[in-house]
Amino acid sequence: MKKITKKLFQGGLSQLTIPLIAIALLLIFNLIRDPGFFSIGISHNNDGNAVLAGNLISIINGASELAVLAMGMTLVTAACKGQDISVGAAAAIAGSVFVKVLKAGSSISGGTVLLAFLSACVVAMLFGTFNGILVSVFKIQPMIATLILYTCGRSIAYWINGGATPTVSSHIITAIGSFIPGIPIPTPVLIVLFVAILFKLLFHFTSLELFTQSVGINQSAARLNGINPTFIKLLSFIILGVCVAVAGTIGVSRLGLINHETLLLDVEMDTILAVAIGGNSLGGGKFKISGSIIGAYVIQMLTITLYAMKVSSTDVKAYKAIVIVILVVIGSPVVKARLSKLINSLFSKKKVAVKGVQS
Amino acid sequence: MKNMFGKRREPLTDTQLLMTITIGIFAVMYILAMALLGGGFLHTQQIFDMLNDNASLIIVSCGLTIVMIGGGIDISVGAVTSLVVMSCVLYLNNGGNVFVSILLALGIGLAFGLVQGFLISVLEIQPFIVTLAGMFFARGMTTILSVNPQKVDHEAFNRLRDAKVEIPWLGYVAKNGNLVPARLEIGVIVAAVVVIVIFILLKYLKLGRNFYAMGGNQSSALMLGINVKKTRFLSYLISGVLSGISGYVFMMHTGAGNATNAAGMEMNAIASSIIGGTLLTGGVGNVIGTLFGTLTLTTIKKIVVSSGLNDPWWQSITTGGMLCFFILLQSVVLSKRSKKKKS
Amino acid sequence: MQAEILLQMKGIDKKFPGVLALNGVDFTLRKGEIHALMGENGAGKSTLIKVLTGVYQKDGGEILLEGKAVSIRSPQDAQNNGISTVYQEITLCPNLTVSENMFIGRETGSFINAKKREKRADEILQSLGIPARGSMQLGDCSLAVQQMVAIARAVDMNCKVLILDEPTSSLDDKEVNMLFNLMRDLKGKGVGIIFVTHFLEQVYEVSDRITVLRNGELVGEYLIEELPRVALVSKMIGKDLDELSALSESEEKENKESEVLYEAKGLSSSETKSFDFSIKKGEVNGFTGLLGSGRSESVRAIFGADKVNSGSIKIKGKDVKITKPIDAMKNGIGYLAEDRKRDGIIAELSVRENIILAMQVMNGMFKPISKSEQEAFADEYIKVLNIKTASKETPVGSLSGGNQQKVILARWLLTHPDYLILDEPTRGIDVGTKLEIQKLVLKLAKEGVSVTFISSEVEEMLRTCSRLIVMRDRNIVGELKGKDLNQEQVMKTIAGGEAKNEKDN
Repeated sequence: MKKITKKLFQGGLSQLTIPLIAIALLLIFNLIRDPGFFSIGISHNNDGNAVLAGNLISIINGASELAVLAMGMTLVTAACKGQDISVGAAAAIAGSVFVKVLKAGSSISGGTVLLAFLSACVVAMLFGTFNGILVSVFKIQPMIATLILYTCGRSIAYWINGGATPTVSSHIITAIGSFIPGIPIPTPVLIVLFVAILFKLLFHFTSLELFTQSVGINQSAARLNGINPTFIKLLSFIILGVCVAVAGTIGVSRLGLINHETLLLDVEMDTILAVAIGGNSLGGGKFKISGSIIGAYVIQMLTITLYAMKVSSTDVKAYKAIVIVILVVIGSPVVKARLSKLINSLFSKKKVAVKGVQS
Repeated sequence: MKNMFGKRREPLTDTQLLMTITIGIFAVMYILAMALLGGGFLHTQQIFDMLNDNASLIIVSCGLTIVMIGGGIDISVGAVTSLVVMSCVLYLNNGGNVFVSILLALGIGLAFGLVQGFLISVLEIQPFIVTLAGMFFARGMTTILSVNPQKVDHEAFNRLRDAKVEIPWLGYVAKNGNLVPARLEIGVIVAAVVVIVIFILLKYLKLGRNFYAMGGNQSSALMLGINVKKTRFLSYLISGVLSGISGYVFMMHTGAGNATNAAGMEMNAIASSIIGGTLLTGGVGNVIGTLFGTLTLTTIKKIVVSSGLNDPWWQSITTGGMLCFFILLQSVVLSKRSKKKKS
Repeated sequence: MQAEILLQMKGIDKKFPGVLALNGVDFTLRKGEIHALMGENGAGKSTLIKVLTGVYQKDGGEILLEGKAVSIRSPQDAQNNGISTVYQEITLCPNLTVSENMFIGRETGSFINAKKREKRADEILQSLGIPARGSMQLGDCSLAVQQMVAIARAVDMNCKVLILDEPTSSLDDKEVNMLFNLMRDLKGKGVGIIFVTHFLEQVYEVSDRITVLRNGELVGEYLIEELPRVALVSKMIGKDLDELSALSESEEKENKESEVLYEAKGLSSSETKSFDFSIKKGEVNGFTGLLGSGRSESVRAIFGADKVNSGSIKIKGKDVKITKPIDAMKNGIGYLAEDRKRDGIIAELSVRENIILAMQVMNGMFKPISKSEQEAFADEYIKVLNIKTASKETPVGSLSGGNQQKVILARWLLTHPDYLILDEPTRGIDVGTKLEIQKLVLKLAKEGVSVTFISSEVEEMLRTCSRLIVMRDRNIVGELKGKDLNQEQVMKTIAGGEAKNEKDN
């Protein structure tokens, strides 16, 4: 038991303790409240295909944009020691570009969609570069630098489509937003999986993780070891740009339209929250992408749980806040230290006290 | 660099330098507006209107400036303002008493300040998360109280709301030949008092200097014997109380409670502080600069509208551009300064 | 003459996870005494001080001030009990003015009278001969002046016990003298001063008593007259002193005729004037001079750490361009920075990750070193350099200063450089590790690696270098070889020899 405790509170895995406990608590809470809550069934969607359905599925599905954004945000937070609060506005821009390119052609084919996505990517990466340059070259705090795009991003999105909220209808778009015929798992979930795998491969085949952590922990030492901190920071924003484009594309595809006002509104707050719940320090340095992904699902699960309890959408925020506070209080260093002291004193009574032994 | 404070032989501190730049730019901008756009800009009422409309923003910006000087951030201010408005409106409409409604406003603000301050200073949880939760909670509570807008219907309050300070000789002659005196709402007086009090706090009170020390170098502040926990707690407490005051002033200005009140106010307050010369990293900042930061933000919006650019997106683009300009300016000025120090 | 006992620490214990930092340590300080506290890194000096000043809570023992037991639970408590500390790292706020820094945290009342305070600050600064004014922003002053303001603050607090933790690391000789005069002045007033330092010379110049700690335990307390240098060092490192003297006898530092490895002409950076420099293969050379003479800046220019403005560089006869660290690294140059906390260790990363970092950067982003290879490298160097760490996965920030330095050394050794630059590799390090590093330098030279060695302790450089470049005011003023390599000649060259009447230090 002591070993498990030690593993939970110290060492590498400890970072995932809080988010995992959160998920566990939410799962248990819901199962008590409504045993059938997490049942997964097969139903048929509009096209007559067999698909998975149920609350659990809609949680995982609904958190897709958030999860993707959280992955990119983790990298930016780690390298630049701050947060990017413009991701929602940037996603609106990406979504607008996506739709605009789609509608530019006469019909929508696989090629058009790919082109539209790549265009959205390029634009999002350009804005990412803008933010990245402010942060890495001009040494401006990330939150301040991204405040600019936060302020005017949605207006730029509006301008791209001339103030309209154009719709796109195509079975390809529907497939991206909900289900690919023949595959019962919602496509956004698959996209999240795909992006997560890309990150894993990125970290496996490059030393980006080491360099990013070094820059985040001690930039000056990183530089004297030959690392180029400006490049690493810029790169993190560009990668976030790709994530933004993916999130924007998913968001648009779900609804079949782009509304610059409402697409992923206030998602930046949830994203930062996901990163923090995932055990990552908002002050940069060491990070775990998996933590942020779990954090995203925690937030979504919380929201859905509240809806299931018939809390209205406007009131959800208040309850979310309370749960978040409880989570971060448990995760706070002060409380963690007291808790582990408590647990240690409970267990050390069983052992013979040896002078200077590892506590 | 010209010295505004003639007697000093020392170069300006970072704080003073940034504030000087802000005031200078605001003055230039306004004068240009007067010269090139004329019209409303030539009337004193224009400035008075800007103050009337933004009194509550000025108040929360002061609170945010204090928090930022101390190295923290508070993004709950807009939501708390909105909650205070809704609560007071409902209270007054249910036969409440104006005096108690003021206490209610202060109480709600104080409560948020207490809880947030505790979580941040004692439990050492990151301010962004705590105040984010505070923001969520306050917004949620606002709609729980009432999803629909509520208008104030209370005689004593309405008298308070309509009370104005009139200065005839600063007024202008309207088209129909009548003299329209310049009007300042009570809210502006409140804001002015807040700015003066906070100014005195930051410059002349021990607590104020402790904020700067804490933001400048937290570990040093601790070693110097400053009770950092207490100082940090107080910064958030003050911000909370100011949000309460801002809510009441907001209510006096609009006379109604609405779930979307003060949306985005926190970002405007942060922007005001930044433009006014407050650094997010802490240790540098002042409320006079913040005041001018707010005025600068508003002026830009008014200039845009007066120039005939009516599309709503123009406003936010220019605000964003202005913010970009100030942020870059700050970073360039400060880095040039630190280069000089090395020699 | 029995002076009154001012402070007594009895049987102090302090535990950290996995480590017993202090084990029943006693310490006694008398009124009007300058008492040096010495010991290797990891000996417990720093911990003892932090217990006394309320930064750490002791786990056992008691503290008596003027005979009365006191409980010190915070820096504020310590201050209230008349215990003042001046730390090695500047613990002031650079964004506040000098006078604010001197008085903040201890003013009475809520209101501040800035003018009155500045006047009082100016009085104190003048009486101490500190070149600063109360109204200046602290961040605008040099580090040395900032240090002195910290001391002025402590002095003004009429402290009974003044703790100076490595106060002289950033001061030049003139400033050190000023400090010592101040200390003697305070001593005359009955203040008890605890002086923590690694500079042996300074200890003998100004202290009355010495307390030696080793491995968290008290070795002994001695009167300065009764403890010759050699005995002191042996008590600190517990080794046989023949080893020390053996090192003093220079091993063959003669250069076999070898080719020039690195040559720079007209090299200048944003921090240095133009200079020429060259070093042969297998040669050990040093840069010496007063603080601020430009030694570190010169080697940083060689490594490309600062912005390089001009210079033609040849390595092994071929022209190369070095404008940033990675260029230098790719050309076989390694650089151990002066400030290991700021420029060296990546504190939260493990020992293993810190060791392989430079090598990984040289491999590039797309060729990550496999985990098993990393572990092999880490194990190898932990053994070779005798790095004391719980495991190779321990975050390097939790190691003691000396072991952190070894980790960084390992990092550069792993890259098998042709030319290794060591800037103050032994600063803030215990005597035992110092010797290891000096021996290592000589070993590397024998193996054909060129080394540039910078140290404030001239004897160290005399022991290891075969050529010393002397700098003054950012200029190279001399190069000493062969029989000119002795303390006297070095000092003369640094001083410039013009004012023959002035006493050289």
